[in-house]
Amino acid sequence: MQARPAERKINMQALTNRSKEVSRKPISFLESLYLPAIFKGMAITFSHMFKKQPTIQYPEQKRPFSPVFRGLHVLNRDEEGRERCTACGLCAVACPAEAITMEAAERLPGEENKYREEKYAARYEINMLRCIFCGLCEEACPKDAIYLSETFAPANFTRKGFIYGKNDLLIPDPKTEPEAYAKALGKGEKTTASTTN
Amino acid sequence: MTLLAIDWILLIEKLILIAIIVFASLGIALYTTFAERKVAAILQDRPGPNRAGPFGLLQPFADGLKLIMKEEVIPNTANKFLFVLGPGLAMTAALMTCAVIPWSSQVHLFNRTIDLQVADINIGILYVFGVVSMGVYGIMIGGWASNNKFSLMAALRGASQAISYELAMGLSLIAVLMISGSLSLKTIVDQQMAPGHLWNVAYQPLGFLIFFICALAECNRTPFDLPEAENELNFGYHQEYSSMKLGFYLFSEYVNMIMSSAIMASLFFGGFDIPFLDESTLAPNLAAGLGVLALLVKIAIFIFVFMWIRWTVPRFRYDQLMNLGWKKMIPLALVNMLITGAVILWLQGK
Repeated sequence: MQARPAERKINMQALTNRSKEVSRKPISFLESLYLPAIFKGMAITFSHMFKKQPTIQYPEQKRPFSPVFRGLHVLNRDEEGRERCTACGLCAVACPAEAITMEAAERLPGEENKYREEKYAARYEINMLRCIFCGLCEEACPKDAIYLSETFAPANFTRKGFIYGKNDLLIPDPKTEPEAYAKALGKGEKTTASTTN
Repeated sequence: MTLLAIDWILLIEKLILIAIIVFASLGIALYTTFAERKVAAILQDRPGPNRAGPFGLLQPFADGLKLIMKEEVIPNTANKFLFVLGPGLAMTAALMTCAVIPWSSQVHLFNRTIDLQVADINIGILYVFGVVSMGVYGIMIGGWASNNKFSLMAALRGASQAISYELAMGLSLIAVLMISGSLSLKTIVDQQMAPGHLWNVAYQPLGFLIFFICALAECNRTPFDLPEAENELNFGYHQEYSSMKLGFYLFSEYVNMIMSSAIMASLFFGGFDIPFLDESTLAPNLAAGLGVLALLVKIAIFIFVFMWIRWTVPRFRYDQLMNLGWKKMIPLALVNMLITGAVILWLQGK
């Protein structure tokens, strides 16, 4: 076999000082038995038996979301349980994924306890397959009527099931169902902020 | 009228013993599959199967049920007879080894002295070797009958690997036989139990190491699991198999593991000997029971080491496997044999 020509020094600037020169030594008999390296590896795996498992037992334990998590949308009500949304369409305009559609309607006399202002959303739909959960609708809303909660859209068998209507989005009434309302607000829920700090 | 001069009670006694040993080994193998998954998980910082039953203890039954309920597919180009014969042969060969393993000393029941060994034949070791080599036929026949090139290549690999490592295994064993002077497993164990005599591993550390590595290769365990190298051969020799026929192949690997652990424990680690305890001081039945327990503990430790290696070491390349077998293991075993012979001669000459 021809001898390898003397290694040329290439003057290239190293990006880090962690680079190591590759050893070109032929392996010794002991190394070719593989045993020392195997014992080293086995010591490493053995030490892993005593490491803490990072597993979270999912259905029983859940990882807390961060307090700024953007999940499913909620249509808000005011303190008296009236819908805040006036169907102005600013959220639909702001939506980069064009996931929001709505139809406006006028409040009739006698519906003052249901809708906060004279105009309301008769139909309000968000396509959760289109939605990118950016939160721009939340920022665009002048009436504080829509915000993103700390849950995510559950799985569904049909595409239709991902188009959430008003029934799915509207927060429970704080007057008639205070407990469900408090739960939907998510106050007192564990977040990553409360666990890490 | 006497039919034949056969000790019928002995026959029944042996049949019961065979039934117990076969079902016990199958039961242990069932839980070895569970242990494999648990050990793998713990070595990888995971909890492992923990849903079926408390601590996931029913998992092997769920797995078995799943395998049985699966549709059984026989490819239409396969050789039907051999295709069915393959897994059966693999399983039979795996289970047959247990006939010569001395599980413990004698128990006294109903005025009879019962040996806890199915057959104390004076060529026990040769029998083990014969049966173990038959296990290769299971792989060969299964791989060939599938009529699939990947299965065939896997079968060829399995056969060549088994043949190469059997040589080194036999050579490493000869050194043990030179010390004990007997081929009967029972005699070998009894010698190790005798006072003033250490376990064979103390006299034959290198021999044990070679034997252990070859046992890994014979069981097709990582790092020698080339016959089932998924990334090159899809699934290996049992690729076309489904349902319980696949289950038999997978299961026979675990039975093989148990049996080779038992053989290693008997040959090198005193078999059913309890260390630092003189068994003759105990009641015979108690001593026998403790002996079985001791052997099972030793088997469990070996199986753990098998798994520990599996989840540490990557698979060898084919040329590395052959180099290791022919150029390292066989010369080492020969040197070990020569040294043993020289030391024995020197001790005799003194």
